[in-house]
Amino acid sequence: MGELRFSHYSFSAMQRGETMGALQEFLQQMVNGVALGSIYALIALGYTMIYGIIKLINFAHGDILMLGAFAGFFVLVAATVTPLTFIASFLVAMLICALIGIIIERTCYKPLRNAPRINALITAIGVSMFLENGARVIPQIGPNPRQFPTFLNVNYDFAGVGISRIQAIVFLVSIALMIVLNITVNYTKIGKAMRAVSYDRGAALLMGINVNKIISFTFAIGSALAAAAGILFASAYPQVEPYMGIMPGLKAFVAAVLGGIGSIPGAMIGGFIMGIAETLTKGFISSQLADAIAFGILIIILVVKPSGIMGRNVSEKV
Amino acid sequence: MKNRGFSLLLALVLIGSLVVGCGESNTIKIGTIQSISGSVSTYGIQTRDAIKMAVEEINAQGGVLGKQIELIVEDDEASPDKTTNAFKKLVAKDKVVAVIGALISKCTLAITQEAQAKKVVLITPTSTNDTVTDAGDYIFMSCYNDSFQGQVGAKFAWETMKAKNAAILYDITNDYSKGLTENFKAKFEALGGTVVAAESYSAGEKDFNAQLTKIKATRPDILFIPDYYNTVSLIAKQVRNQGINITMLGADGWDEITNNAGDEVLGSFYCNHYSPFSDDQDVQTFVQKYTQKYNMTPNALAALGYDSTYILLKAIERAGSTDPEMIKAALMETDDKFVTGNIRFNEQRRPIKSAVMLKIVKGADGNLDTVYAGTVNP
Amino acid sequence: MISMTDNEKFFLQAVLAILGFIIIAFLIYLGIIDEYTAQILTSAAINVIIALSLNLISGFTGQLALGHAGFMAIGAYSTAVLVMQLQVPIIVAILVGGIITAIFGFIIGFPTLRLKGDYLAIVTLGFGEIIRVLMINADKITGGAAGLKGIPSFTKNYALNPTLSFIWVFLFLIGTIIMVNNLIKSSHGRGIISIREDEIAANTMGINVFYVKMFSFTLSAFIAGIGGGLYALFFGYLNPTMFNFIKSCDFLVIVVLGGMGSITGTVLTGFILTYLQEFLRFFQDYRLVIYPLFLIIIMLYKPNGLIGLIEDFQKWRRKRFPHQKRVLKAGEQR
Repeated sequence: MGELRFSHYSFSAMQRGETMGALQEFLQQMVNGVALGSIYALIALGYTMIYGIIKLINFAHGDILMLGAFAGFFVLVAATVTPLTFIASFLVAMLICALIGIIIERTCYKPLRNAPRINALITAIGVSMFLENGARVIPQIGPNPRQFPTFLNVNYDFAGVGISRIQAIVFLVSIALMIVLNITVNYTKIGKAMRAVSYDRGAALLMGINVNKIISFTFAIGSALAAAAGILFASAYPQVEPYMGIMPGLKAFVAAVLGGIGSIPGAMIGGFIMGIAETLTKGFISSQLADAIAFGILIIILVVKPSGIMGRNVSEKV
Repeated sequence: MKNRGFSLLLALVLIGSLVVGCGESNTIKIGTIQSISGSVSTYGIQTRDAIKMAVEEINAQGGVLGKQIELIVEDDEASPDKTTNAFKKLVAKDKVVAVIGALISKCTLAITQEAQAKKVVLITPTSTNDTVTDAGDYIFMSCYNDSFQGQVGAKFAWETMKAKNAAILYDITNDYSKGLTENFKAKFEALGGTVVAAESYSAGEKDFNAQLTKIKATRPDILFIPDYYNTVSLIAKQVRNQGINITMLGADGWDEITNNAGDEVLGSFYCNHYSPFSDDQDVQTFVQKYTQKYNMTPNALAALGYDSTYILLKAIERAGSTDPEMIKAALMETDDKFVTGNIRFNEQRRPIKSAVMLKIVKGADGNLDTVYAGTVNP
Repeated sequence: MISMTDNEKFFLQAVLAILGFIIIAFLIYLGIIDEYTAQILTSAAINVIIALSLNLISGFTGQLALGHAGFMAIGAYSTAVLVMQLQVPIIVAILVGGIITAIFGFIIGFPTLRLKGDYLAIVTLGFGEIIRVLMINADKITGGAAGLKGIPSFTKNYALNPTLSFIWVFLFLIGTIIMVNNLIKSSHGRGIISIREDEIAANTMGINVFYVKMFSFTLSAFIAGIGGGLYALFFGYLNPTMFNFIKSCDFLVIVVLGGMGSITGTVLTGFILTYLQEFLRFFQDYRLVIYPLFLIIIMLYKPNGLIGLIEDFQKWRRKRFPHQKRVLKAGEQR
């Protein structure tokens, strides 16, 4: 065969990062970790809110994320990607997923509110399987991964540490949503009602709080957060497919427990710890054992502090 | 009342399941096990469709030995134990003559021993693991194996691309990816190169930034990514986002990448079983028919599935019988041109094929395209 | 007097079960029950063994565990390695595999069983995942991602294989049922159940809660390890990816659908669900859509699982045939 020329990318030396030192590598890994962690944190928030109010591990949360990503996908495919359509895709996806969340809660979880908690858990596993495989058999979604439309990427360089535009967007949107959520839960009337239901459902009912409405509302918010996380996730890792929610769902769930499930600041901290720990493990210890080490950290933290980092230690009442 | 209705429904489902019987008919039954659901369903469905198409074509031409072919498709959910169940069903219940499958190596490996012991001809279109055909003389594969592909990549990297330092990013939970990695590493080092980084991830992960930052620090000349196109397209984006401007190299899993990735993969190389853009008459006919029927371009796995069906059915025709012993012997005499090239089987019942290296370039229409970049012989 | 009838009832059931077992084994031998059906029956029995072990810790002791696939994996790989590399006789390999798993169970249980509820569930899930990751990496022993193949079956004679596999697995199943059943009826078993009902009250009554939990968890790991060993020999191929979180969920589903803390329920549901998954092959692509729907519907309308269904049937029968009422009542009160 003839002489081949490689004009597009030179592979003899790297054009950038020639002088990458240990500190820069560490800082770069921290940036990677925070970017990943902010997505975990956002997903973990949904888990923790739903757990906080009805003590249910909502296994379907990751799949609602998938549905949200697909909703965003269809909006962005129909229109070109501009900041405006990007925001529109968020609104549409959050609205659709909030509705789906309410429907799932009303049909699948509400009848089981007084049944043993494990039944609701199995139902959640069932809902999760149903959403994944249901999406797979619908021809409009199908099993094939699709490319998610995104902005053209730009890399910002800070003394050899690169931050891509999408990483910045993900981080900022996540933080903004967390702040909004925190304000809603802590400083509004409905937030107060949510906390009351979470604290003692029976007493809340006696105080004249419409418990059903509050629980539905919580599901709507949790699912909308999952939808937002789905679009951010799909923008950062631009691919959508029916099984895309499983892994981030599981990791974020672990993050929620790590932070103390039921606690909103806990979910954020847990998410960031999880993202950073995973990235640093891959970067500096072993990418082969990363998952084992991430779960190892979880176990150690829980053994030392059994209710998670921010969890309240509820003493046993007789 | 509600409860009783429910119990009744349950009872009906169970009774109904018992009644599903089977009758004697004048057909030749062929089974196929594909991953129709589960993580690799996108490949399983395409392969199944191609096999179905091949069977329909042959039936339209009058079948084999004057009989129509009846294809029985089973799903293995990409899980080895489900594959075993499916295989037993095909053999014990449906009494098929031969089985095409399974899709992925770990599923195929779960049934090869059983197939050999039961004397059922098993031909896998797509499982590239080196040890698939080790179980015995009833097991055939119609694709080239991992060690060959890994060596092809290493040879190409060293001889043609003149790379000295290579980095590898692979899926540790996937035997295909891991097998290629091991073989690439061994060959590349034997040739005199250095593998400066071999980082891994687990199936389903989407964030590779940590591994890439680490790889970047080792300054390799090339990056070998032995995985399927959907993961590769994600990795490639993150490679470029981190400002790593090195050439990427892949294997047959990259097939279809041109439809699923952006400009970041430009200039990369991969080896493949076939190219849907080839001018070859057989390839064009196949691509055209498949596209017409299923409204998408067939990938290499579909082409291999299609070929395997023809290889098997032609062998049955040659054998003049559905006796497994004779089919097996007839398969060894295979020497024909198929969509994925000329196929003959060697002692290990693997095809003797050479690998085609493709380069990803920008086509005239602005879309990604591949051009022929060389052939690497075994 | 009442315990006598209980014993008699149990004896009768045992005789019927053994008779059924012999007949089925014979039918498989004759080929009247085909290999595929035998395959489903045998794999269902393995599922039941592992589900029973999960039921012991989750159903009877009330400690939710989500990592039983990990225990199963340890048992499976230990047995396979013992048989393949050390040429240990099958029965010894299975039992040693169980003991190795029990040791792991003990080591894992020691720090984690102080945790409660969902936290325990997550930690066991985490351990299951860690075990899987370590197995993928330990490719010298486990074959890594390519898996471990060519594990010898119960017999080298392929014609006898379905029958002998069935006999081996069912003997272990019967052994497991008897063991769990006797344990639950012993004073130890009362201690176990009291922890599920009320941990504080149990503690006050002088039960060493941590010790009992450890005992139950270790025994559960032992049984799961045995199930894993049978699984390895029966399927002849192992791959770390088989023992993921979804596999753990499969067992949990069997336990919950059967009714938590019910041996009969677990056994029946194990068989029904394994069969159902195979039967749904008929639906092809839609199979994994229908199966979860089925799960959800059962959970919504029969939250007690299969045992609830059986109780409903008994209630209905009592209403329908009132003259039998007294007999049934007498048996039920106790």
